[in-house]
Amino acid sequence: MDVRSQIAMVFHLDKCIGCHTCSIACKNIWTDRKGAEYMWWNNVETKPGTGYPTKWEDQEIYRGGWEKKNGKVSLKGAGKRRGLTNIFYNPNLPIIDDYYEPFTYKYLDLIESPEGDDQPTARPVSLITGKPIDIKMGPNWDDDLSGTPDFARNDPNMKNISPEEQEVMFQLEKMAFFYLPRICNHCLNPACVASCPSGAIYKRGEDGVVLINQEVCRAWRMCVTACPYKKSYYNWYTGKSEKCILCYPRIEAGLAPACMHSCVGRIRYLGVLLYDADKIESAVHGDDKDLINNQLDLILDPFDKDVIRAAKMNGVADSTIHAAQFSPVYKFVKEWGLALPLHPEFRTLPMLFYVPPLLPVMATVKKVDNKEQQEKMDPIAKKWDDNWLYDTSTKELWGTLDEIRFPLKYIASLFSAGDEEIVKDKWKKLLAVRIHRRRVTVGDVSDEKADATLADAGLTAAVADAIYALTSLPKFEERFVIPAAHREQAIEMMDFTGDTKGEAGFGIKGKVKRGI
Amino acid sequence: MDALNNFFLIALPYVALAVFLIGSIYRYTYKGFQFSSLSSQFLEGRKLFYGSVPFHWGILFIFTGHLVAFLIPRGILAWNSQPLRLMILEISAFIFGISMLVGLINLLIRRYTTPRLRFVTNKMDFVIYMLLILQTITGLWIAYNFRWGSSWFSTLLVPYLHSIFKLQPDISAVSLLPWTVKLHIIGAFTIIGIVPFSRLIHFLVPPINYIWRPYQQVRWYWGRRKVRSPRTPWSLHRPKNN
Repeated sequence: MDVRSQIAMVFHLDKCIGCHTCSIACKNIWTDRKGAEYMWWNNVETKPGTGYPTKWEDQEIYRGGWEKKNGKVSLKGAGKRRGLTNIFYNPNLPIIDDYYEPFTYKYLDLIESPEGDDQPTARPVSLITGKPIDIKMGPNWDDDLSGTPDFARNDPNMKNISPEEQEVMFQLEKMAFFYLPRICNHCLNPACVASCPSGAIYKRGEDGVVLINQEVCRAWRMCVTACPYKKSYYNWYTGKSEKCILCYPRIEAGLAPACMHSCVGRIRYLGVLLYDADKIESAVHGDDKDLINNQLDLILDPFDKDVIRAAKMNGVADSTIHAAQFSPVYKFVKEWGLALPLHPEFRTLPMLFYVPPLLPVMATVKKVDNKEQQEKMDPIAKKWDDNWLYDTSTKELWGTLDEIRFPLKYIASLFSAGDEEIVKDKWKKLLAVRIHRRRVTVGDVSDEKADATLADAGLTAAVADAIYALTSLPKFEERFVIPAAHREQAIEMMDFTGDTKGEAGFGIKGKVKRGI
Repeated sequence: MDALNNFFLIALPYVALAVFLIGSIYRYTYKGFQFSSLSSQFLEGRKLFYGSVPFHWGILFIFTGHLVAFLIPRGILAWNSQPLRLMILEISAFIFGISMLVGLINLLIRRYTTPRLRFVTNKMDFVIYMLLILQTITGLWIAYNFRWGSSWFSTLLVPYLHSIFKLQPDISAVSLLPWTVKLHIIGAFTIIGIVPFSRLIHFLVPPINYIWRPYQQVRWYWGRRKVRSPRTPWSLHRPKNN
């Protein structure tokens, strides 16, 4: 047993309001530099939608991640042979137009234009060339299902959903969507690390953060192809790849990363997981349907005496083991079994987990006969001649799982490699917690009904209360249980602990200057 | 004439080699962030194929050929002892030279006709394009007009290059060669001399290590098993892994 610690995260998607505050916090700290304008280390996507970069989930286009062929797991679009023979021209590299051309507006024109007949306008200009452009794309161009025919219908997760089911999804009255915040997954089997020819990318042993050493990166650009989540970005100006650093200067100081600290919906939880590194290889080689269970099996019980002893043998600090015992991530992922990794079929063992959105049906629109009602009304009153009723009375409180607004298949294709039973299990638990709490707080649900739902989901009232408490009422310290790096070690961990706004943030003391 | 020969065939090589050695080591050690191939594929990913691929495979073969002849001239001569093998070597080298030239011209056109690339192009890029094109053209010219280059390179030029490296420069034979060959030699040393000041530096860091290194890399800032042992003495040196 090779016990290591990993800083992991849970996103509670039912709580995400899609405000993009996380993206802005990240952008302001790390990527408002030349060449990095188009990068969003943290971005929030509307699902269904094509995402950023466009259709990133479709690995037939981008060739990211690992694939299993004849029992062997290898990189799909990179690797030793492909990486070295394609080094002069990488046929699978997304180019800037797959993301979007970064732009700003000529705001100064509003003030400095000479007097004239027309109102001055702020024209959009490219941040690459400085020339006026027509904006064609943005990082969240399909936000809130805007441009649905072009975006939502082209979602790669739609390919297993029949046209009839899709029609149901896109009926205007039944339209539903949810938000998917994404950062680098800091995987246990990172494809970017494996693809880097110069060996600039590595996973930190102490906390599992995956970093690119900016001094060793030589712009061979294989990581951009290899990462199936497209979270390794090429800085076109400095000629270096960059990615989310999980705000390691903050984490080492015991602070929450910027995206999490700023989260308005408080959907994010950060904590330590202890895992068994010896099992990674067999977990990666499992069948598609076993991938999630294999991954969850890697995560060890931080209260187990053997685990603690092995962790101490491996040099895991006491503070880290202590944090692992109070980790909200461990609770969501292992103890309660509520959270799932995003696209486990890419076989990178992502260490960010998502509580799938329940999206319960709260009301339906029904066709009714309003004639009787209208005859009762005052003759001079305005009469509505429609015959629709916004009906909030569902058979079951919040409807049943069968009436859920998203096809199970769709959610399963995102979070469980297509296994619908796993997602259904999570949904049952989420619904049971709600019904149980309705009994406690409002009391209009019978005890038999609530208990039966809990039993069906495999929960007890006490566990449901604990889930409710950590979901709805957590304090900051309960959401973020971060063991700060030991100060005496932290000094050694980085060249320079004073990274500030506008810097690359990789421990570079000198000026970030392009090569010649 | 002697002064010119001495300058270009003795002084220039030594200056170029010294600059190359000191400059490259300095840049590798102290300017790691500026050590990059500066790929522009991200801004223009279609035309690059027709430039980068023929150029790089071409120069890879040609450079290796020159290097092998420099290191084992007798091997080349032995290979060339049969006319058929000589022809194979000469023709394939010529084809790779043409491929290099085609690639260079495509790269040049691409770089100066794509608006986005203007913003990642500097003056040094133009200088190295010109030098490389000049070098390729003189190389092809020599290969075509003064046959068979692979043989007389091994007998005439390799001794000269060896004499440079032995610090006993002997230019008696080289100074009698036609001016195109001299131009090719001068071009070669000029290119070597500007390596530390241009993006050419990326040829010094080919990712050969990737072939045998394990796919995954984990870095520990401390020896993770030693760190908890009170017997481990404190080290004053920062671990060299970042």
